Amino acid sequence: MFRRLPEPAVAPVSITIDGMPVEAREGDSVAAALLAAGHARCRSSSVSDAPRGPYCMMGVCFDCLVEIDGAANRQACMVRVAPGMRVATQDGRRELRA
Amino acid sequence: MPAPETSPPLFDVAVVGGGLVGTAIAWGLARQGQRVAVLDEGDVAIRPSRGNFALVWLQSKGLGMPAYAAWTKHSTDLWTGLAAELREETGIDVAYERRGGFQLALSEAEVAARAAMQRRLHSQPDMVVYPYEMLDHDAVARMLPAIGPEVAGGSYCPLDGHCNSLRLLRALHTGMQRRGARYLPEHRVEHIDPQAGGFRLRHQKGELHAGKLVLASGIGNARLAPMVGLAAPVRPQRGQIVVTERLRPFLPYPVATIRQTDDGTVLLGDSQEEAGLDDSVGSEVTAVIADRAVRMFPRLAQANVVRSWAALRVMTPDGFPIYDESQTAPGAFLATCHSGVTLAASHALALAPMLAGGSLPAQMRAFTARRFDVPPTA
Repeated sequence: MFRRLPEPAVAPVSITIDGMPVEAREGDSVAAALLAAGHARCRSSSVSDAPRGPYCMMGVCFDCLVEIDGAANRQACMVRVAPGMRVATQDGRRELRA
Repeated sequence: MPAPETSPPLFDVAVVGGGLVGTAIAWGLARQGQRVAVLDEGDVAIRPSRGNFALVWLQSKGLGMPAYAAWTKHSTDLWTGLAAELREETGIDVAYERRGGFQLALSEAEVAARAAMQRRLHSQPDMVVYPYEMLDHDAVARMLPAIGPEVAGGSYCPLDGHCNSLRLLRALHTGMQRRGARYLPEHRVEHIDPQAGGFRLRHQKGELHAGKLVLASGIGNARLAPMVGLAAPVRPQRGQIVVTERLRPFLPYPVATIRQTDDGTVLLGDSQEEAGLDDSVGSEVTAVIADRAVRMFPRLAQANVVRSWAALRVMTPDGFPIYDESQTAPGAFLATCHSGVTLAASHALALAPMLAGGSLPAQMRAFTARRFDVPPTA
């Protein structure tokens, strides 16, 4: 769905999405990295279970919530990728570990 | 439209205040066939009805006034019927659950203090009888498996419960208007004149006449009550609440300061601060609230906080409600309390019929504000 614009000399950043290695680029938000990697659906609604994905890309709509390095419900569009970052998509309401 | 001064009152009753107390009474009055007007302020109003913790709670209430314990128990008994009737009438599910509730203690000293308080409460003369028990850690853990090791015990009352109080407010507004009550926002009442056959209320848009008057405007009652020979010595008391993201259910029962809502969020409360009309939120207090919550349920440390807010309880000097009728202006009544959720069923289904009948029966005498006229003993 999304294609990157040609950008000269941007360093690659290795992250994982749901355990799979993904190459993002330096300066990407997690939301941009998700879209570039084909993850238009990053969670399901905690109320209706309907699919949700990054939308406003500027911190307003809260539709791009994902788990980042173990912390759930982070706004993917407001966090930049970092080497080794673990991103996980979410299903419904979060479960607290005992 | 304001009526000309010579016409008879358009309304049997004017209720001043569109919060939980006012709308519960107005709904109940309309249900009795009364023609009701509800005069409310605008969005500038102090609105505890939109910021409360939404417990429907009985245990530990009424030490010092057994009549309050009985009135509260009566309301929790009526609540199931209220919720069912509102749902049928408005389609709004107020999510009332009455599975019982806990107050948890974080040390043996807190357990002992709670047990002593319960003994004093329940050994009062004329105290209403209802079940409750003190439980140790293991007994609490059987019902609330998520508690942490610091929980020393707690009290459990099977009659306690909780609801969605925002939906309750909406259901009461919808229901009272379906039953013909007129809701009048942006109608701040400036002055009240008792006159033959009723009351003339001057509000920010004109005048309104009604045969009877019910003051249910929270903190506003302090200003309005003297206009009809009543008194409402109420002050605001701030409570702060912290709310988490939506989580899978892990709390099968509400705890007095922690409850999981029907949509999954967890509410953490609730402080009791003397801060005047300042309804701001401060991290000193919310940090204490969060710390106690995490000690009770350690897994809450993982949860994200999404909002916090403060609301202003309407407190009387002894913490108990005031229900009163004017000696000098017959037909003028006053109602105020800090438990507009818990008492909504009593207000709608017990108090409103009394008000429709035109006087408060003897059983309500304990709640008069004249109890504050007694000089304190040395």
